[in-house]
Amino acid sequence: MREKKQMYINQRLRDLYICFSHFCQKIRSGVMTMGIFSKEESSGRKESRRSLQSKGSSDYSEDFESAVSRDNKEGTDQQDTNSMETITCSSCKKEIAAELMRKELSVCPECGAHNKISAKRRIRSLVDPGTFRKLKCPVPVVDPLGYPDYKNKIHDLQDKTGLDEAVLIGMGEIEGRKAMIGVMGSEFLMASMGIAVGEKITHAFEIADKYKLPFIIFTASGGARMQEGILSLMQMAKTSAAAQRFGEHGGLYVVALTHPTTGGVSASFAMLGDITLAEPGALIGFAGPRVIEQTIGQKLPAGFQRAEFQEDHGFVDQIVPRGEMRETLSQILRLHEKRRWSL
Amino acid sequence: MIREIDERIQDIDKEIEAESSKESDYAADLKIKELKSERKKLLKQCNHPTPADKVYLARHKNRPKVDDYINALFDDFFVQRGDALGKEDKSILGGIATFHGLPVTVLGHRKGRNINENMEYNFGMPEPQGYRKAMRMMKQAEKFDRPIITFIDTPGAYPGLEAEENGQANAIAKNLAEMSALKVPVIAIVTGEGSSGGALAIGVANSVYMLENAVYSVLSPEGFASILWKDSSRSAEACDLMKLTAQDLKRFHVIDGIIPEPLGGAHHNPQKVYRELDNMLMSELTKYKKMSANELARNRYDKFRNMGAAIIAQEQK
Repeated sequence: MREKKQMYINQRLRDLYICFSHFCQKIRSGVMTMGIFSKEESSGRKESRRSLQSKGSSDYSEDFESAVSRDNKEGTDQQDTNSMETITCSSCKKEIAAELMRKELSVCPECGAHNKISAKRRIRSLVDPGTFRKLKCPVPVVDPLGYPDYKNKIHDLQDKTGLDEAVLIGMGEIEGRKAMIGVMGSEFLMASMGIAVGEKITHAFEIADKYKLPFIIFTASGGARMQEGILSLMQMAKTSAAAQRFGEHGGLYVVALTHPTTGGVSASFAMLGDITLAEPGALIGFAGPRVIEQTIGQKLPAGFQRAEFQEDHGFVDQIVPRGEMRETLSQILRLHEKRRWSL
Repeated sequence: MIREIDERIQDIDKEIEAESSKESDYAADLKIKELKSERKKLLKQCNHPTPADKVYLARHKNRPKVDDYINALFDDFFVQRGDALGKEDKSILGGIATFHGLPVTVLGHRKGRNINENMEYNFGMPEPQGYRKAMRMMKQAEKFDRPIITFIDTPGAYPGLEAEENGQANAIAKNLAEMSALKVPVIAIVTGEGSSGGALAIGVANSVYMLENAVYSVLSPEGFASILWKDSSRSAEACDLMKLTAQDLKRFHVIDGIIPEPLGGAHHNPQKVYRELDNMLMSELTKYKKMSANELARNRYDKFRNMGAAIIAQEQK
């Protein structure tokens, strides 16, 4: 009840703010100049606002597909559940009833291990039902190296996972607040970053900037996609540059690091969040543990490169269990809603 | 193949040196003459290096190193050390210098030329502090409106325990992001091997050039073979597949130009390479002089924004 009331108040405040900014804009573009902004800056601002208005901030169909209600195909994997079926926890190896495991978002009720969750189920666990709209960004399957059988492999994965690449991005609402949300799917070639993933993430930053949406991304990746060679390395620079520009334009960027986030993804957009969250136990690092062991010639200490280790070393704001993620994200969005301080 | 030729040439050089140090007599002179002509013949066979040959040449111990380039191309070099956060990483060498009178910031990976130096400079594999030091120098360059010139030659970022503790991923990511927005011209030159994010972390430049026999790749051929085929001994095969040569990268629009090398590799006539580099830097800097600070940043952003665009367009056709 209280929360509802709070939301209502927030909504009104937002309306007021919009009215106020319209008013300001009129002043700026019209008779008066406030003398606060330099000429170039103020015209830039005007332009971006105007383009936002002409697109109509409520009409997103140019850049997003229409929402799919959750009863449609996205829900099928839930209906397939056989009540007798069990799933083995990847950590404690106990047999857990599949239904219970699903309810717990693949977090083992016995040991608390955060097992893998598909990109689609992750999205469903985060956004308000029926609000998710996929970002339009078709990228063809490319094969710059002519790597044996690479294109076929990608086509097979597309059929198997229902994803067109290793990242699923769209706009959704979390407790009524809109955000661009991306989830990397480790079921798709270890969610490695090739040209398509780089392009989609970069495009997402640009569209989030266009509609002034916060951008939340759940990372998971083995790193740059070897099979695409140097161009996959270049996606690191491309996505990092996009994150930088998004930040310079005042965008809120939240990263949730999930198991495993390594290599070229950890060394680019995954480490550039304004806020960085991590799932318990997630492996996060640049070099893989095997490579490090080979380099230094000794066993690594327990817990090395895990989320808790990264938190201790100052690279993670908070470790958030999967069940609390939606609530935490909602809090972060709430805290960033009002930009200019005034009482 | 070049490996065998090169090793033979090195032997010949040693023999020539030994002969020349002796008392000059007819027999010795004749021997030297013979050796020299053999050397010349051998060099001529180096005209079509394979990708694996290029990997060998790119890692050659006599290949010019960052300090050679700095000495040859710039004057008045003032070295800068440390990340100002707690550590000096010797695998990155850099500072302020002048290029034909123009103050510039220069920096690059430092490998060293013998085993002692290699150890001291960690084989040119920076820890996070190295990247933060590079960033500190670049931010300063931006403050004082100096162009930045970087020399890339690294097997990759150091995969060590402390490097991870200190945020290797974080340091590289920050460099990529902040370099993309710098408001001064950045010119990067891959002089030897450029492997993985460890190379790119000082390579987000308006213009990227490669020496003719340099290589630039997502990771080393050994790493590639080990990850994809679980067999690092198949690195020669990886070299062929990876498309890591300057010519390949030019086709991918990853680099802007190729600096020609003398037959047999840059170490056979470094002066020639320095002259080529000098000309290139001059013309690039003249070009960027006409751009405003914002244009420079936009130019660099657009360059990396379009990485892969050509191949996507080609596929869509």
